[in-house]
Amino acid sequence: MKPEINESALLNGLARNDRKAVEAIYRDNFNTIQALIINNNGSAEDAKDVFQEAMIVLYEKVCSERFELNCQIKTYLYSVCRRLWLKRLQQQNRFSPAAESFEATIPVVEDLDVHEQRNAEFEMMDKAIGNLGEPCKTLLEAYYIQKRTMQEIAVNFGYTNADNAKNQKYKCLMRLKKIFFSHYKNGNSDG
Amino acid sequence: MDDITLLDAVERYIRGAMNPEERLYFENMRKTRPEVDQLVVEHTLFLQQMNRFGERKKFRDTLQHIHTDLAEQGRINSPKLKGKAKVAYIWKKYKRVVAIAACIAGITAIGISALVWSISPKPDMQEIQALGRKLDDVREDQNKTKADVKELKDQIISGQPEQFIPRSGGTGFLIDGSGLMITNAHIVRHSRNIRVVNSQGKQFKAFVVRLDVPRDIAIIKIDDNQFKPITSLPYGFRRTPSELAEPIFTLGFPRDSIVYGEGYLSSRSGHNGDSLSCQIAVPANPGNSGGPVFNQAGEVIGILSSKEIAAEGVVFAVQSKYIYKAIEEIKKGNAEYNNVKISSRSSMVGYNRKQQVQKIENFVFMVKGDGRP
Repeated sequence: MKPEINESALLNGLARNDRKAVEAIYRDNFNTIQALIINNNGSAEDAKDVFQEAMIVLYEKVCSERFELNCQIKTYLYSVCRRLWLKRLQQQNRFSPAAESFEATIPVVEDLDVHEQRNAEFEMMDKAIGNLGEPCKTLLEAYYIQKRTMQEIAVNFGYTNADNAKNQKYKCLMRLKKIFFSHYKNGNSDG
Repeated sequence: MDDITLLDAVERYIRGAMNPEERLYFENMRKTRPEVDQLVVEHTLFLQQMNRFGERKKFRDTLQHIHTDLAEQGRINSPKLKGKAKVAYIWKKYKRVVAIAACIAGITAIGISALVWSISPKPDMQEIQALGRKLDDVREDQNKTKADVKELKDQIISGQPEQFIPRSGGTGFLIDGSGLMITNAHIVRHSRNIRVVNSQGKQFKAFVVRLDVPRDIAIIKIDDNQFKPITSLPYGFRRTPSELAEPIFTLGFPRDSIVYGEGYLSSRSGHNGDSLSCQIAVPANPGNSGGPVFNQAGEVIGILSSKEIAAEGVVFAVQSKYIYKAIEEIKKGNAEYNNVKISSRSSMVGYNRKQQVQKIENFVFMVKGDGRP
């Protein structure tokens, strides 16, 4: 019984981006994954990349509303990493049949499709914000991502009052939305 | 102004921050004015995207921090060094590819360097001073040098190990955990023996992997049993050009201990419009050459290389994207380096400057060579 309670506590922590929980999951699973990647033509750096991507997949799954995990965290991460790594090997055209191991795996194709969609959206937003330039970039990040209030922002950015900051924010936001949605619509109609 | 208030209302509506009456009024407005409804739908989607973006970014930073910390504490395995067998295996597997790639690379390299040579403006050597450090030995009078040479000759004849006499010096820094370092070509160009010294004063042997004199980049590798490979470096390398006025800092060895300097990016191009480099304003002295230039996030944006003699405070740095190019080149040249991968992500985002420097310090080295600068 105990491990199961422990696992759901870890997953709850993960959903809150709680440092301790994330660290525990990281510590318990990284070495297995690193062994998997290194034994299959990868480097330590590849292992880090793949493992961190799998952690993001799990994180986004935990955060979604209809979340349910029917297996241990360990099994899930292993399955995702295996799939991600096979895919990378195939892309680089150096696929060699993976050495079979005794670790259990579960099918994760659907989760990875969702993840790829998310990846594409993330890249779009990243690009759109990157195209924005300063000071818009920092201003919008402060308001929408770090969730600071307009008063704080006005002080930090040296605007005379919150209304001025709001004005500037509005202009920046309009530009960002225009850039983002132009990519978003294109991206979606292509797919 | 009206648009701003409307958007403000939409955001409060989505966040659920309206009081009931206001909410009712707003919902009515949504029903009667389709453009408002459209705006609400669109903005909900946008805010959702923005939130996801922010959360993922934060989570990625957490992962980077955890990885560095765990590796430092030794809680996760450091990468195992690959034995000879693996190298031989990879070599066999990719022999043909490497051969073809090397031919193509060779031809392209020759072609490009010929082209660059013919069209690039010849740098005005009088105006730029390479910041290699002329060590005191160089200024010694000729008699002393002659005596040294004689002594050296005697030693070689009598079969004793060669003595290392440093004549040029500068700074270098690690680009991956296995001991590959980057520095300026002008520091090590004429040297047969190279030594690097870390901030604790430990000395290691090193050799040149690749010299790129026109770009003034050299890759050297530490080749010493005393050197322990490192799991991961705290800093990343920037691929894209940096913004003007971005605050930067440097670490280097203008004297025997490490020295910190602070400044900003002042121009995207270098001396006489040279597009390989950029101009920074930072205190720099002979010996700073080859040192890393970092931005606030702890990403390497360049390699400090030279300063203008005629003006004070005008310092040039080779842009960091050429580090990536240099790595690509050594991969083409030698299968041994196929696994070299440098990170574009810094794990020090959000750290304060003191913490960043503490983390970086151990990976910046003094470079000494026995050739004249």
